[in-house]
This record gives sequence, structure tokens and C-alpha cells, in this order.
Amino acid sequence: MMEHGKREPMFEMFLYESNQLIEQLEQTILDVERCGAMTLEQINQIFRVMHTIKGSSAMMMYNHISELTHYAEDLFHYLREHPSAIDDPTSLTDLVLSVSDAMKSELRKIDRGEETKDHFSELVADVRAYIHNLKEQGVGGKTAPSNALRETVERQPQAKLARSDRAEPGTTAYEAVLRFDEDCGMENIRCFTVVHNLKDNADIFGYEPEDIMTNHEGSSERIRRDGFRIAFSSPQGYDELIEFFAGSSYISKVDLTTVAAASETVEAVPEQDARPSADSKTPAPTSAMQAAQESIQSTQSHFLSVNVEKMDKLMDLVGELVISEAMVTEHPELRGLQLDQFLKAARQLKKITGELQDVVMSIRMVPLSATFQKMNRIVRDMSKKLNKDVALHIAGQETEVDKSIIEHLSDPLMHMIRNCVDHGVEAAEERAAAGKPAQGAVWLEARNAGGEVWITIRDDGRGLDKNKILAKAKSNGLLHKAEEEYSEREIYSMIFLPGFSTKEAVTEYSGRGVGMDVANKNIQALGGTIHVESVLGKGTSVVVKIPLTLAIIDGMTIKVGDSRFTVPTGSIRESFRVNDEEIIRDPDGNEMLLIRGRCHKVLRLYERYALRTEVTALDRGVMLMVEYEDEAVCIFADELLGKQQVVVKSLPPILKKINGVSGCTLLGDGSISLILDISGLLQPAA
Amino acid sequence: MSDIILDQAFMEEDTQKGKFLTFVLGTEEYGIEIKYVTEIINLQPITVVPEVPVYMKGIINLRGTIIPVMDVRLRFQKPVREYNDRTCIIVIHFEDVTIGLIVDSVAEVLNIADGDIVDPPNMNQTSQRYIRGIGKVNGSVKLLLDCSKLIGDDELQQIKPNS
Repeated sequence: MMEHGKREPMFEMFLYESNQLIEQLEQTILDVERCGAMTLEQINQIFRVMHTIKGSSAMMMYNHISELTHYAEDLFHYLREHPSAIDDPTSLTDLVLSVSDAMKSELRKIDRGEETKDHFSELVADVRAYIHNLKEQGVGGKTAPSNALRETVERQPQAKLARSDRAEPGTTAYEAVLRFDEDCGMENIRCFTVVHNLKDNADIFGYEPEDIMTNHEGSSERIRRDGFRIAFSSPQGYDELIEFFAGSSYISKVDLTTVAAASETVEAVPEQDARPSADSKTPAPTSAMQAAQESIQSTQSHFLSVNVEKMDKLMDLVGELVISEAMVTEHPELRGLQLDQFLKAARQLKKITGELQDVVMSIRMVPLSATFQKMNRIVRDMSKKLNKDVALHIAGQETEVDKSIIEHLSDPLMHMIRNCVDHGVEAAEERAAAGKPAQGAVWLEARNAGGEVWITIRDDGRGLDKNKILAKAKSNGLLHKAEEEYSEREIYSMIFLPGFSTKEAVTEYSGRGVGMDVANKNIQALGGTIHVESVLGKGTSVVVKIPLTLAIIDGMTIKVGDSRFTVPTGSIRESFRVNDEEIIRDPDGNEMLLIRGRCHKVLRLYERYALRTEVTALDRGVMLMVEYEDEAVCIFADELLGKQQVVVKSLPPILKKINGVSGCTLLGDGSISLILDISGLLQPAA
Repeated sequence: MSDIILDQAFMEEDTQKGKFLTFVLGTEEYGIEIKYVTEIINLQPITVVPEVPVYMKGIINLRGTIIPVMDVRLRFQKPVREYNDRTCIIVIHFEDVTIGLIVDSVAEVLNIADGDIVDPPNMNQTSQRYIRGIGKVNGSVKLLLDCSKLIGDDELQQIKPNS
């Protein structure tokens, strides 16, 4: 299928979809394990995933994958019939995860064009053995539960209908049972038409069967057998409604009953009551489990996958549009003219382009949930390997971040989570001695804070030992000043230094002192920061602050000679004018400024970048104090041009990396401004 | 369907083959393969970029795309000459790199057959390094440029910050 050396869209789609499905599969099975029980919904979901992968891999001629999924499908087919057969979710989870791992590695090989396996003979044997075992156990006469489950399914829609007493005031709630002409065919579509027409003058609560769009679950047959039940409220009277139904085509019989007038509405039946527990043998779903499932469902909405390149192109074009709009409305030829109507029209244009920009930005925003969910797997695998009981608590996974940032977030998070589990959380005995619950906890939380997203990784482990860190730093020769001069924050931030590890032994997961360094570098590359707080014996929390997006920043544009520079607003502390007398000069000619008791370096941009400007006397220009982390420097420029949002563009790659410049942007007049990178500026000049 | 497209691509390749855009630097005429040339534009305001070699004059905004511009005179270590209204920027696209070349003026598009191109003599001069052949046209000679040496180049790689 790759004769042309170029990938076919179908091939790309296969890889993309399969990977997505496998991720979904992992999430589901991890939920199952956490809850210790499996709902029919989950079984069906896994079954569907397996089925889809089986179909698409067979289509793409990857027969070994389709064979493996075939047996996995068998397994879940059996479980669907005998849900009570699962008495050990952990072993099932292990099996499913090993299947998903095998598929993932195969997909990766396929993606890279490497040689793939012919058979998963061992795994297939494992799955078959598992099914066989289940069947053996199942002979013990555990067939009853499947009936119980089926009953649940049948009863659920009724529960929905029971909500029909939630009618609006002034309307009446009805319940109708429709029967169709015997040979009309496509009953589900007829019902859909009725529901659609009824929507115009009624509030529909629910109907049964629910699936009338398609005929997957044999809706037509059920309608033919039991009729179509629909509950709604309507301001219309009984007779009018009878007329309405009778007027619909192919309806042979209508049973319309008044449920209750809205004025007599009784308390709505809580939904939980209407959902009977599946079966006495499997543990009833706990409320936590339901909550977890609901939160997952809420994040799985309908997505349209779009090529990122197209998105970037769109983003660029919108950026262009914003600039050309400014170029038109601020055109020099318009200056001095009385243009009331024009300005009115221009304002409208500005409003629309602004909204367009917001929308495009929001399209690029994706929730953190996928990234967070991946951590579940890491914690699970680690806690099994290290023999620690650790639970991962996730919050705020619906927080959205720009796509370009999410891509680089998963690695640093993984390192930090690993650190928490391996270093932070103590072994069971130690926890018991400290009076902590046996199960260790790691929290992963995200929330919006202005233009930033804060991600907190927290554990209830042993915490960081300041003295130990200091001692280690000392022995590694990393201390630059007296030990007692280091602040708590400075000490904790030492754990991000390359090669720094307080762990004596290197384990499979950590101890080489690479992880935190990588995490820190990655976060910094995103324009974010990491802060560590810790209480010895109580736990450690790492707060990662990252910007919402890299594509648009708030910037202050400054002028130096003919050049323009844009400084990210977030790094500006203040701007002010100075006199020559305030400057302190050291024997090497370095200039410094004393501000509120702290001495700051003065950086003349025109000197740094060898630019020609007439403003060289300090009292004629302006000082801009910028900071990065704890360091600050005073930048000297000709003048400030103003604050605006700018679309970040990268510099042409042929120019290589320029120290202190992170990119460029187009200004309203079409000219280019270079975006200053403060961390680069703070490094000594070439 | 795809055959037709392929044929067209070949045809296009074919019509461009052997064609060179010639431009003038001082007294010499240079040629550049027309298939790399995207457009010729007038001199635009150039934004200076710090810490790059002198011949990289900076970047320009070409309808929203930021492209670097190189002064070919300086690249060949020829004396600086004031830009005038004949100064042009030839925008070329070569192996994913788009770059503008500032030249004194653009001359014409010429057909030079492979048989009329001879290898340059092996001289160790700066400007000679970027020549891949010498084309003979009606008694005059054109120096044919090697795009890969001109842009994707050694010297640019060597420029490193902090070194």
C-alpha cells in the first residue's frame, strides 16, 4: 500500500484512529481496575474498540493484528454474556494492557516502515487460555446474572421516561405509545420523523427504543413488537395531539395518556434510584466510580481531526488579516480626513477579525485529559513494579491548552510523576510508621490562572530533605555561596540540576538525575516555570506554570534606531527614565543601576546588537526592567511604542539561533519586530 | 489521472530545463537556474537581524512570510555598492529554504544548452566557490551559480552564538 513511497491518507487515518482507540481502551480498562468491577457499558466499549481495530487492520492487510483483536473480541464477547465471570479485574487488566501494548508497538513499527511480526502467537495463546479459564469457572452455574443485566438494559429507558413528570408550568406531560402499519418498514425512521415533528410544539423527555437514527440494536423489530413509547410535555390539548399523531404517516394506533399536569409535579425521581445495581454478585458500582465514568464521558465528545499544518496555516492567515486590517484603517493617506462612516465600518471589521482570531485560537486548544490519562498507566505500572500501593488522583483535566504546548507536556509530567512515585511515596512499612494511610496518593491537578495554566503534581510522601540536598550539592561542587545563604526555594530548585539525584541507588525508573533536568528544560522551552514546595515527612508539591499558548503573546514594542523589538509583557517589571548620574560603572565599564536596594545590570540594546541609533544618552531613552526567574536586567531602548498582542512567527531557520531573540512578529504597518527572549538576553553576549 | 499530472510535471521541468535567469553584479553576469526562482521583487525595507554574517542583510516581510535576504555582492566579498532603483531581490526556493538574493540588476532569461556549459577552472577564490559552471552565450560568458553552496552553506553553519 505504499508503492509510491508516499503515505496514503487512508494509511495515516488507520494509524491515527487505531492509536486513539487503543488509548481509549487503556483508559477504560484502567478505570475498570480502579473500580474493581466492570459495567456492561465498559465491556461493550472495549468490545467495540477491538471490533473496529479488527476490521480496519484486516482491511489494511495487517492480519496478525486482526487475529489478536479477534481473540480479544472473543474474550469480551464471553464477558458480555457472563459479566460475573470477572472475579479478578487485575489479571484481566494485565492481559488487556499487554494486548494494547503489543498493538501499540506494532503500530509504531508500521508507522516507521519497519518489519512487523507475523503472529502474536504467545499473546493469542494467553488470551485463549484466559477465555478457557473463564469458561471453566463459569460452568459453576453462574448464568443467571446475564439475565439480570439484560433486565437492567430494558429498564433503563423506563427510568428515563419516569422523568416525564418534570413538565414546565402551563404544559401537560403525556406519554404516548405509537404502533405502525404492519408492513410499513423502517419503523425507526418513521419514529424519528414523528419525534422531529413533535419537537416543534412539545418538550420531549425521552423515548424508547432510544436508537432511532440507526437500526443497530434492532430498534425496528422492537418498535414492531412493543410499539414506540415517547414521553413529552406540551401546551397542546389531548385532542390536538391525537390529531397530530393520527396525521403522521403509517401510524395505525395511538395510545395517549396524560401523566400529570405540571402544576402537580412531584419531586423528580433521582436518577440513581432508577438505575438498579447490575447484579448482586458483582459489586454495585460505587458513586465514585460513576463520577469517574461520567467525567470521562463528558470529555469524550465528538471531534473532528484536522491536520495541524492546516490549522497553522489558518492561524497564520488570521494573523495576516489582523495586520492588514490595521494597515488599511491606519493608512497614512487617510490621515486628517473626516471619515465617520468609514471608521464605523472599520470598527465592525475590527470586531469581526478579533472574534475570528479568538475562535481560531480556541480551535487550537485541546483539553489536558489525554495527557493526564496517560499518567494513570504510568502510576499503575510503577506501583506494581515497585510494589507500592499508589493511587493517582486527577483533577481539572478539562483545562485546555494550546496544541503546540500539550505535545511537549507529556514528557516532563511523566518524569515528575515517576519522581513522586519512586522518590516521594514511601514504602509501606515506612508509611505505617509515619501514621499515613497505606495507600500513597499522587495528585495531578490543572487549573486556569489568567493567561497561564497551573499544573500541580503533589504527593503525600516523605518530602524533600533540605540538608540532604545541600550536602549532595556540596559534594557535587554545585554550591556557589555559603550554605546558610540559600533560601528554601533555591535549595529545592537544585533538584532540577543535571545529574542531581538524592537517591542512592539507580532504579529502573529514576535515580540518574536526568528526569527532573529534562522536565525543567522542557517546561522552560515552553516559556513556563517550575516551583517546588515541600514539607519534610508530609509531601512535595511541584507547581508547573505554563502559558496558554505560544502562538500569540502580549508584548511591549520598543524602538532602537530603525529596529523594533517586542518584549513579552509577562517579563516586564517596570519602565522608567534615568539620569546619567544614577548609573554606577565598574572598572570594566559595565553599567549598573541601583533600584530599591538591588543592583541591576544595564543592557544597551544598540550596543548588544550593534545597531545604529541617535539615542545613546541615557536620559533621552527609556529603561525597561525585565526579569526572568529571579534575575532582572535593565534594557535601554530609544522609546516605547506601545503594547499589543502579537502573533509569534519563527525566524527563518537558515539564520540559526540568535541569542536573545526567540522569534519575530509583524507590526500593524507591515514592518517586522524581533521578539526578545529574556533568558537568552541574560546570558553574556558573544 | 496521476499519469497526466506526472506528465505535466515532466513537461514543466522540461520547459524550465536549460533556462537561466541572469543578473548583474558589477561587471560580471551571473546565471541562476530558473526552476529555483519564485519571483523578482523590488527592494523592500529590510529588518536588521543581529548576530548574523554581514552578507545576511536581515529579514523582509513577503506578504506575511518572513524570509531572509542575502546581499550577493557581500557574499562574494565584492565592494559595497549603494542600493538604487535597479537593485532587485530575486526570491529563490531551494530545498525547503526560501531566501531573497539582493543583486545589482536582473538581466534576462537565457537558454544555455548543456553542451555550452564548461566546468570552472579550479581557482581558490571566494566567488569561484559558488560557481558550478560557465555558460557560453553568443560570445559572452555567464557564471552559473550553485544554489546549494550559496545558501545551505558552510559559513552560516560556522557562525554560532557565543563563539
